[in-house]
Amino acid sequence: MSRVTSPLDLLRVMVRIRAFEEAVGELFVRGGTAGTMLHLSIGEEGAAAGFGLAMRPGDTFTTHHRGHGVFLARGGDPRRMMAEIAGKAAGSCRGRGGSMHIADVTLGHLGANAIVGGGIPHVVGAALAARHLGSGNVSVAFFGDGAMQQGVLYESMNLAALWRLPVVFACVNNQYGMGTRIDRAAASLDFDARARAFGLRGVTVDASDATAVFETATQVLADAREGRPALVTLDCFRFYGHARKDRSPYRTEEEEREGRSRDPVARLADRLRGEDVLDDDTLTAMRDDARREMDDAVAFALAAPPPDLAALHEDVYAPDRPAPPSVDAYHALVYPEGEARA
Amino acid sequence: MTALQDKETAVSTSATLSLNLIQAINLAMREEMRLDERVVLFGEDVGARGGVFLATEGLQAEFGRRRVFDTPLSEASIVGAAVGMAVRGLRPIAEIQFADYMGPGFDQIVSQAAKIRYRSGGQFTAPLVIRTPSGGGVRGGHHHSQSPEAYYAHTPGLKVVMPSTPYDAKGLLKAAVRSDDPVIFFEPKRIYRAFKEDVPEGDYVVELGRAAVRREGADLTIVGYGGVMPDALKVADALKAEGVSVEVVDLRSIVPWDRETVLNSVAKTGRALLVSEAPRTANFMGEVAYTIQEELFDALLAPVSQVAGFDTPYPYAQDKVYLPGPNRMLRAAAKLLGY
Ligand SMILES: Cc1ncc(C[n+]2csc(CCOP(=O)(O)OP(=O)(O)O)c2C)c(N)n1
Ligand SMILES: [Mg+2]
Repeated sequence: MSRVTSPLDLLRVMVRIRAFEEAVGELFVRGGTAGTMLHLSIGEEGAAAGFGLAMRPGDTFTTHHRGHGVFLARGGDPRRMMAEIAGKAAGSCRGRGGSMHIADVTLGHLGANAIVGGGIPHVVGAALAARHLGSGNVSVAFFGDGAMQQGVLYESMNLAALWRLPVVFACVNNQYGMGTRIDRAAASLDFDARARAFGLRGVTVDASDATAVFETATQVLADAREGRPALVTLDCFRFYGHARKDRSPYRTEEEEREGRSRDPVARLADRLRGEDVLDDDTLTAMRDDARREMDDAVAFALAAPPPDLAALHEDVYAPDRPAPPSVDAYHALVYPEGEARA
Repeated sequence: MTALQDKETAVSTSATLSLNLIQAINLAMREEMRLDERVVLFGEDVGARGGVFLATEGLQAEFGRRRVFDTPLSEASIVGAAVGMAVRGLRPIAEIQFADYMGPGFDQIVSQAAKIRYRSGGQFTAPLVIRTPSGGGVRGGHHHSQSPEAYYAHTPGLKVVMPSTPYDAKGLLKAAVRSDDPVIFFEPKRIYRAFKEDVPEGDYVVELGRAAVRREGADLTIVGYGGVMPDALKVADALKAEGVSVEVVDLRSIVPWDRETVLNSVAKTGRALLVSEAPRTANFMGEVAYTIQEELFDALLAPVSQVAGFDTPYPYAQDKVYLPGPNRMLRAAAKLLGY
């Protein structure tokens, strides 16, 4: 472990991630989110916390649609994320995107993405920019095992290797892309070999072990900073359905039980208890704190005002540009009689 | 089979089913697969799961994994493989789970599938169908709500279709499968389950390129397609109660589109309101407006008017503001009538 990150830090972040996911899941079920699609990262906290805490300030990243955990691990504000998901102006993207489109440039978060693979090539560019500007930062693409079958990943892997970029490709392999288990999507599951074939380092790590993820991430990030990019496969299990409320008829109860036994939160907590680093009271307090924090985030999101109607047209182009023609044509038509307010 | 393609055929059986739009799509595929061994169906989770909207439910069970199969997340190759299959004699139906995911397959659609016939000097063609749910209204945000039909309509070599009723969905999809050219079949997902109507169980097609007159009227023509049609009909009914007689034309097919039906209608009413939910700029309705003014300049009683989506990415939390609903249509109609 590094000087600054302790196993307790890892545990705390994982506990907070789980509490966030549970809280936002409830908010969704109660109809408090603006969107109809919500993907939870329960079971993947070890990947998010282990990798996220190993990154440095200034490092940039993109995520897939299941990215709440990574964002929190990078210091994301649960209130602003919750408000974003609720579609409120106080959200990190002014309520424009919701769960699948979280972004926060101040934390290096260049965007979650609802197009599978959509954010992967951006880290190649972000790394080129980092090198150009001499910032010393790494850029990390987080994506799922499903994206391992998107062509754009391989173009990006080649570019990163060819140009020796400070890039890490981090595949959160939760075994499923929607209803398709990875062994039905790929003939070879040796992702490390795919990396090597492109001249990248390839490492697979058991992401139910957050400290193992942290150590691997620390290493590959250091290498990447020196121009040796890598593909890291974070092996875990998607505990619940693809989206909140989805069932998973395509897998057996036994498989689910077995998968959920690989619980990164319980695993680290048990270990730390065994090592006498953690007692039950501390763990309970950690959980209670996390729940309170996330309940507060929900309350904040619910109380926040919805986006102003006129804001619909903002941020399409730079503010000093004329509004698009349709805006001129319709603005008058829509607002005076307040159709949307009705 | 080709004979069927050229006209709306009489239905061979009297049995009808009460179906919603997505059930009609399912039935169309089932029937085409029964009729023609060459028809195969594939895409992400279309097999055991039956697709995320359940359009393909039960088809793998009936036709087996050789004809109905899941693919990995690889849209470029889903479309590209469909091109290869079609070129070699199959009739592939590729499902792209949301129209927003066509992006990675864009090259294969626009630069490959669309051009096969032309660039081979007519030697061969790619008679594939890409079925994809499009449009907003499901609170999915900017990557799950787009209406990209104009990109494809702009590409010669592609046919572009969007039904708005269960009856048409079945007939148009069957026609699309039998078409000897690639067809992009957009499905207005927000009305997948909006209403049911009687759909014949037997074989019929709705010819591509023929609009439907949904309401006859004399004062104003509303032209639309896809997800906006139920609202357009509401508007017509509301205006009728006020003594205004509105003709409603459902294009059904965007390329080729039925100029004759539209022009006949506007020649009669003198006023045209063009409705769609795609962003306004370079919206396909611009082409319709252009044609109307070119052909009917003297007959027009008011400028051709458009109600469309805004020129913004599709907003996450403002579905209702973005989509042109009845109120926006009514206001535009009032303006036209009072011109
Ligand atoms: C280009 C594209 N194709 C299809 C989808 C639909 N889709 C959303 S998530 C998903 C599964 C993704 O699996 P994976 O990459 O493993 O991420 P996970 O959901 O398991 O976190 C699919 C097929 C999409 N969003 N984008
Ligand atoms: Mg996955």
